Amino acid sequence: MIHFNNLTLGYNKHPIVHHLNAHIPPGDSVAVIGPNGGGKSTLLKGIASLIKPLDGSIDISVPKNKIAYLPQISSIDHNFPISTYELIALGLWHKKGWFKKYTKNDHMAIKSAIEQVELQGMAQQPLCALSGGQIQRALFARLILQDANLILLDEPFNAIDYKTNEALLNIINLWKRQNRTIITVLHNYSQVKSYFDKTLIIAREIIEFDKTEKVLTQENLNKAFSISLSPDENANVCNR
Amino acid sequence: MLDTLYNFFIFPISEYEFMQKAIVSLLILSLISPITGIFLVLRKLSLSGDAISHAILPGAAIGFLLFGLSVFAITICSLIAGIIVIASSAIFSRISKNPEDSSLAVFYLLSLALGVLIISISGSNLDLLHFLFGSIFAITDEILITLATITIFCLFVLAIIIRPLIIDSMDPLFLTSVSKAGPFVHLAFMVITVMNLVASFQAIGTLMAVGLMIIPATIAKFWSYKLNIIILIAIIVTMISVYIGVLLSFHFNYPSSPCIILILVFWYLVSFIFGINNGVIWNFIKTKHLEA
Repeated sequence: MIHFNNLTLGYNKHPIVHHLNAHIPPGDSVAVIGPNGGGKSTLLKGIASLIKPLDGSIDISVPKNKIAYLPQISSIDHNFPISTYELIALGLWHKKGWFKKYTKNDHMAIKSAIEQVELQGMAQQPLCALSGGQIQRALFARLILQDANLILLDEPFNAIDYKTNEALLNIINLWKRQNRTIITVLHNYSQVKSYFDKTLIIAREIIEFDKTEKVLTQENLNKAFSISLSPDENANVCNR
Repeated sequence: MLDTLYNFFIFPISEYEFMQKAIVSLLILSLISPITGIFLVLRKLSLSGDAISHAILPGAAIGFLLFGLSVFAITICSLIAGIIVIASSAIFSRISKNPEDSSLAVFYLLSLALGVLIISISGSNLDLLHFLFGSIFAITDEILITLATITIFCLFVLAIIIRPLIIDSMDPLFLTSVSKAGPFVHLAFMVITVMNLVASFQAIGTLMAVGLMIIPATIAKFWSYKLNIIILIAIIVTMISVYIGVLLSFHFNYPSSPCIILILVFWYLVSFIFGINNGVIWNFIKTKHLEA
């Protein structure tokens, strides 16, 4: 599914993700944890090919339109004159593209996605009427419609209430049963334990990547959170 | 009463050919300018429209100096100037990772500076006012045809790019994550903006051309949360405004572009006060809240 080959990602020549080698087989559910500035979001951006590697490469055996990416801070303009329904319907872009009309089946799929995130009452409301958590539900509905084989979620549960959180985790569970590959950045270790088979701890370099119960130890966490992550202005050229 | 209305609204147009040409060209522009304006506003580029209008001015001046008063030459030269400016600001901002409006500022000022320099060196007494404010009562068949052709072309391109354009305006990161269309759609839209401005400026001048885009867009946003309704309202309000504006200008011998803009601003103020979305009057009328 995904091979990281000596991957280095970063900005202005400073590495954020440094010499990463790993393999994620299809159907895996991976939690990515680590300190702020440790390269979690950068890694997801790299997989979503929003940034280019400084060095090394990522081999992904999934076509681009089968990858869905939910950024940490979405770029949505909340005042844009569009209804919640229309926002969610965009998830069918991979099928509809520039010109194709939405068919009856498409509308059924959209309605079912809206029901899964329990936004029925809000469907015809404009975006600006939605709360932060409701927007997140809408974005999950859009992800459902994207029908992707590889799903990248960057801190999807920030500022989300308990019930919404549970609803969204249930959707993740459903995706796992459907054998989709899921890579999620999150900070709640009990959620990591109960929902994700594997865990990748990253603090610029991989601290540990294996089965969650093996990885999630106090020792690994201490190690991850003790590494200095600020870029060094006087750093030498990396020869590794 | 009916006679007075007839004399005011219909007679000048049924009687004078120059009035017919003025109205027809303005109604054609009303089909495209508000749509361009709405997307400029939604993409937070309202003032970039202004900058681009300055950028095409030197092109027009160069066309005039080289080929005289040929509609075709002036149109082509302004198009080239506008497209060079938007393309270079897009390319420079992508390479240097600076926001596009700052590089646009650099390039439109460069264009303006070159234009002024060329005009002053050539020693021509080119009538700048003509370019700034247009001459709606002197529309020739040539201008009318040019303007209609450009409008049809722009509407056609808009129809093609509308879906990705909406996504790119609302959630650019999502479009980037599912498609490579983003930069292309943006550039295509900017070219439409340039063409729209070029089509407008021979009729109402570069300054007012921006008004015909941005003011209807801001008016319509007071009345709906639905994009298609917003577009419809913007077009209708523009058509009404150009019609009334031109007739005022005809009857009272006022310059036409300011009349049109003043009428549009009047609708803006009405919407600002009474608009169902965020009109100020709703802050003062206390109504009881609903149960849910």
